[in-house]
Amino acid sequence: MTPDAQVDYSIVPLLMLLTSLLPAGIIFCLREDQVRWRTTLNMAGAVAKVGFVVALIPPVVSGDKLRVSMPWVPGVDLVLVTDAFSLFFVALSAGLWLVTTIYAIGYLEGAPNRSRFFGFFSLCVTATTGIALAGNLITFLLFFEMLTLVTYPLVAHRGTKDALDGARTYLAYTLGGGVVLLAGVVWLTALVGPVEFTAGGVAAVADLAAERPGEATAIGALLLIGMSVKAAIVPLHGWLPIAMVAPAPVSALLHAVAVVKAGAFGIVRVTHDLFGLSVAGELGLLPVMAGFAGFTIVYGSIRALAQDDLKKRLAYSTVSQLSYVALGAALVSPLATAGALVHIVHQGMMKITLFFCAGLFAEVQGISKISQLAGVGRRMPLTGAAFTVGSLGMIGLPPLAGFVSKWPLALGGLDAGTTWVLPVLIASTLLNAAYFLPVVYALWRPEPDDQEAAVPAVPPRRRLEAPAALLWPPVVTAAMVLLMGVAAGWTYSPWGLAEIIAGGSYR
Amino acid sequence: MRYPALLPALVLLPLLLSAMVALVPRGPRRLAGAAASSITGVLGSAVVLALMIDGGSWEFALAGWEAPLGITLQADGTSTAFLALMTVVGVAVTVYAAAEPRLAGGPDFWPLWLVLWAGLNGVVVAGDLFNIYVMLELVTLAAVALVALGGRSAAAPALRYLFVGVVGSLLFLLAVALVYAETGTLDLLQVTAALEPGPVLTAIVALTLLGMGAKMALFPLHAWLPVAHPAAPAAVSAVLSALVIKAGVIVLWRIWFGLADDATAVRALGVVAGIAGAVAVFWGGAMALRSSRLKQIIAYSTVAQVGYFAIVLTLADGSAAGWSGGVVLVLAHGLAKAAMFLAAGTLAVAYGTDRLSHLHGAITHTPMTVAALGIAGISLAGLPPTFGFVAKWQLLMAAIEQGAWWWIGVLLLGGLLTFGYTAAMVRATFNRPGDDEVPAPHRVRSVLAVVPFTLAIASVVFGVFSAGLVDLVAEDPTVRGHG
Repeated sequence: MTPDAQVDYSIVPLLMLLTSLLPAGIIFCLREDQVRWRTTLNMAGAVAKVGFVVALIPPVVSGDKLRVSMPWVPGVDLVLVTDAFSLFFVALSAGLWLVTTIYAIGYLEGAPNRSRFFGFFSLCVTATTGIALAGNLITFLLFFEMLTLVTYPLVAHRGTKDALDGARTYLAYTLGGGVVLLAGVVWLTALVGPVEFTAGGVAAVADLAAERPGEATAIGALLLIGMSVKAAIVPLHGWLPIAMVAPAPVSALLHAVAVVKAGAFGIVRVTHDLFGLSVAGELGLLPVMAGFAGFTIVYGSIRALAQDDLKKRLAYSTVSQLSYVALGAALVSPLATAGALVHIVHQGMMKITLFFCAGLFAEVQGISKISQLAGVGRRMPLTGAAFTVGSLGMIGLPPLAGFVSKWPLALGGLDAGTTWVLPVLIASTLLNAAYFLPVVYALWRPEPDDQEAAVPAVPPRRRLEAPAALLWPPVVTAAMVLLMGVAAGWTYSPWGLAEIIAGGSYR
Repeated sequence: MRYPALLPALVLLPLLLSAMVALVPRGPRRLAGAAASSITGVLGSAVVLALMIDGGSWEFALAGWEAPLGITLQADGTSTAFLALMTVVGVAVTVYAAAEPRLAGGPDFWPLWLVLWAGLNGVVVAGDLFNIYVMLELVTLAAVALVALGGRSAAAPALRYLFVGVVGSLLFLLAVALVYAETGTLDLLQVTAALEPGPVLTAIVALTLLGMGAKMALFPLHAWLPVAHPAAPAAVSAVLSALVIKAGVIVLWRIWFGLADDATAVRALGVVAGIAGAVAVFWGGAMALRSSRLKQIIAYSTVAQVGYFAIVLTLADGSAAGWSGGVVLVLAHGLAKAAMFLAAGTLAVAYGTDRLSHLHGAITHTPMTVAALGIAGISLAGLPPTFGFVAKWQLLMAAIEQGAWWWIGVLLLGGLLTFGYTAAMVRATFNRPGDDEVPAPHRVRSVLAVVPFTLAIASVVFGVFSAGLVDLVAEDPTVRGHG
C-alpha cells in the first residue's frame, strides 16, 4: 500500500483462489461415503491457503504487491491483487476456514448431503478470498454476488420450511443489495472507466467528485447501501437474525468472516481505497454512514438484550459489533481506521468462538435457550471457558482482543472531533455487558436442582466433555482472542498490521 | 481461411439429410437421424471456426449470379455468433434427443429437426429479403410440426402456434413486397442504400416489427408461447426457446438497424417496442413466479426475456455497447434456456411430472440437473460471472450513455424477477425432512443430466472468457447508428 510499491505479475493470487475452488469442484463429485477423501481435500485446501498467507505476509508488509489480470467485459479487466488490506482479510478467512472446517467435519459426522455441504462451504471461502483479492470494483462485485449465491444452499441446508424461508429472506436482502451495488458500479464505470482500488483514494474518482459532486454522491450512496445489506446495518439487517436457521458451522462462518465481513470490508474499500477519506467526507458520505453505524451499534445491542435464544442473541450482537467497523471507517482519524480494520479480525475471532460454543451447547446438551444454560459451564468447563473469554472480549475487557479495537475507536472518535462516538461506545459496552454477563453467570452458576444430583455431571467414561473436533476449535480461537490482545504490540499482530494499512489511507 | 462456398451447404446439407432420414424406416431412424444431425453439427462447427479465425465477413453468390439477379449468402460477426449458438445448442439437443426418444417425440423428430436446423442456418446467412422470408417459413412449419409431436394435448397449441406463425410471416411478406415495389431489389445491402425515407419505409419497419413480434412472442402477441412451448417434448421446447425465437429476433434486428431512419414515426415505433418489451419483462416474470410447473415457468421466462430483445432496438441505436450487449444476450439466453428446458425434461422423466410440488429431494437424487437449472437461471438473471452478466453489463452501459435511466430500472428489476423464479424452482428440489427414507425416483441415463449441465457450465465459461467473442461482434458492420 506504499506508493512506491513494487508490483509483480504473478499467478499466486489465482492459486490462492484455487486452493478452495479446486477442492470444491472435486468434493461435489465425491460420493456421500467417501469421507476420507473429502476430509483430506478440505484440510489440504485449508492448510495450503494458510501457507500462502503466511508466506506472503513479510513481502506484502514491505510493500510488494502480486497482481494478475485478465480482460473481461469490454474495457474492464478482472484483477486480483495482494495488497496489505486484501492479505489482511485473506488471512482472517484462511485461518477461520481452517478451524471451521475441522468443526464442521465433527459437527456433520453422519449427517446427510455432506458432499453438497462441503462443496458449497469451499465455494463460500473461495468467494470470500476473491472479495479480499479483488483489485477493482467489478471483480469485487463478481465475488460479492458469488458469495450470496453459494451461501444460499448452506443456509437452506437442512431443508425444513424454516430453513428454506430463512434462506429466501437472506437471498432477497442480499440480492437486492447486489442490484443496488451493480447500479453504482455501472454508473461509476460509465463515468470514469474502470478504477482499481488505491490506498488513499482514486484520482479519477476525486476529479469526478470535484466536477459533478451530485452524481458522485449518488454513486457513493449506491455503493455503500449495497455493501450495507451484507454488513447488516440498520435498517438493512433483517436477514441476519433469520439466517440463524443454518447449521452452527455456517452461522459461525457467516458471522465471523464470510458474508457480514464482506460487507464491512467493502465499506472500507469504498470509503478508503475508492473515494478516499477526504473526498468521501466532502461529499457528506462519511457523516451519514457514521450516523447509521452509531445507531446500529446501540439498536443491535438493545435488541440482543431481549433474546432468549442464544444464537439469536449472538446474531443481534453481530449486527451491533459489525457497525464498529463501519463507524471506524467513517471517522477521519488514523487511530479510528486502524481500530476499524483490526476489529474485522478481532470480532471474527471472538464471534466464531461464541458460535462454536453455542453449537456445542446445542449438540452436546441440547440447549439453545439462555434460560436453560444454568450450570452448563460446570459440565463443559472448556467450552464454558471459551465462551467466557469470547464474551469478555466482546465487552472489551483488557487485555482481550476486543479492548484493542474499542480503545483506538474511542480515541479516534475524539481525535476526529466526533465526540458523540464516545457515549455510543460507552453505551454499547454497558449493553454488551448487560447481555453477555448474564449468560456467563448462568454458565457457571450451580444448577438449582443440582445440589441433590451431586457433582459427576460429566459422564466418567468419556475423556473429554465433547467430541474433539468440536471442542478444540473454540478453545483455539479463544486462546487467539487472548493472544491477539496481549501481543498487540508485535509488528505482525493484527493490530500491528492494521496500523500499517491504516497509514496508507492518510498519505 | 475463407470458404464462402460452405455457406449454402449450411442450408442444403441438412435439407438433403432430412429427406434421406425420412426415408429410413422408423426402427433405425433414430440412429440415422442422430448421425445426420451430427454431420450437420460438424459442418456448423467447421464454418463457425473458420469464420472466427478469419474474423472477417464472407459473401457468396449462388452459381455466380450476383445480386439483384442471383441469390447471395453472407456471414458477418453477428451471423457467426448466431451460427455458433445454433451449432452448440443443436449438438446438445441432438445428443439429448438420441439418448431418450420419449423426450424428443419419437422417430418423426429427426427429419423435422433437420429441416428446422436448415431453416435456422438459412435465416442467419440469407443475404436477401425473399430468402429470409422463405427460410422463416421453413422454420415456422418445422417448428409447428415438432410441437405437434407432443401428443394429443399438443394439437391445439400447435394449431394456435401455426396461425400466429403464418400471420407473422404474411405481415413480413407484405413488408418484403413493399420493399420490392419501392426499390426493385431485395438484397439487404442494396435495399439499405436505395430505400428513401418516407411513409413506405415506416410501413415496412412497422410490418416487420409486428410480424416478427408475433413470431418471437413479444408482449402483447405472446399468448401462444406459454401454451406451445411447454406442450412440446422437452428437446423441442429447448430448440423453440433457444433458437426458433432467435430467428425472429435476428430478422427484426437486421431490418431495423438496416433500414430504420430518424423519422418521428419510426422513433415512435421504437418507443412502442421498448414499452412492449418493458411490460413483457415484468408480465412474463410475474407470471413465471405464479406458475407451478417447471416448463411453464421456463416458457413465461422466455416471454420476459423476449422483452429485452425489443428493448435492444432502442439501446443499440448508435451504441456499440448496446449492439454487442444485445447479441451476447441472445447467445446467453439461448444457452441458458436450452439448459433449463432440457433439465426440466430430465426431471420430468425422473419424477414423472414437472410440478414443483413433486420435485422435493431432487437436489439429492439428481444434483447435476438441479445445478443446471440453477446455474442457467443465474446466467439468465445476469449475475456475474456468467454470460448473461456480460450482456447485461453492456446494455446497462448503453443505457447510461444515452442517459436512459428507466432502462436501468427495467434491466435490474427484471434480473431480480428472473432470480426469483429460479430460486423458486431450486427451492422446490430441496429435501424435506424425512425424505432420506423416500425411495429414489426413476433412474435416468446420466447423459440426460450431463447435457443440460454442460450447457449451463458453458454459460459460465463463456461469461468468464467473453472478451474475444465480444470483439468479434462489436466490430461488426451491421452496427448502424443513425442518431
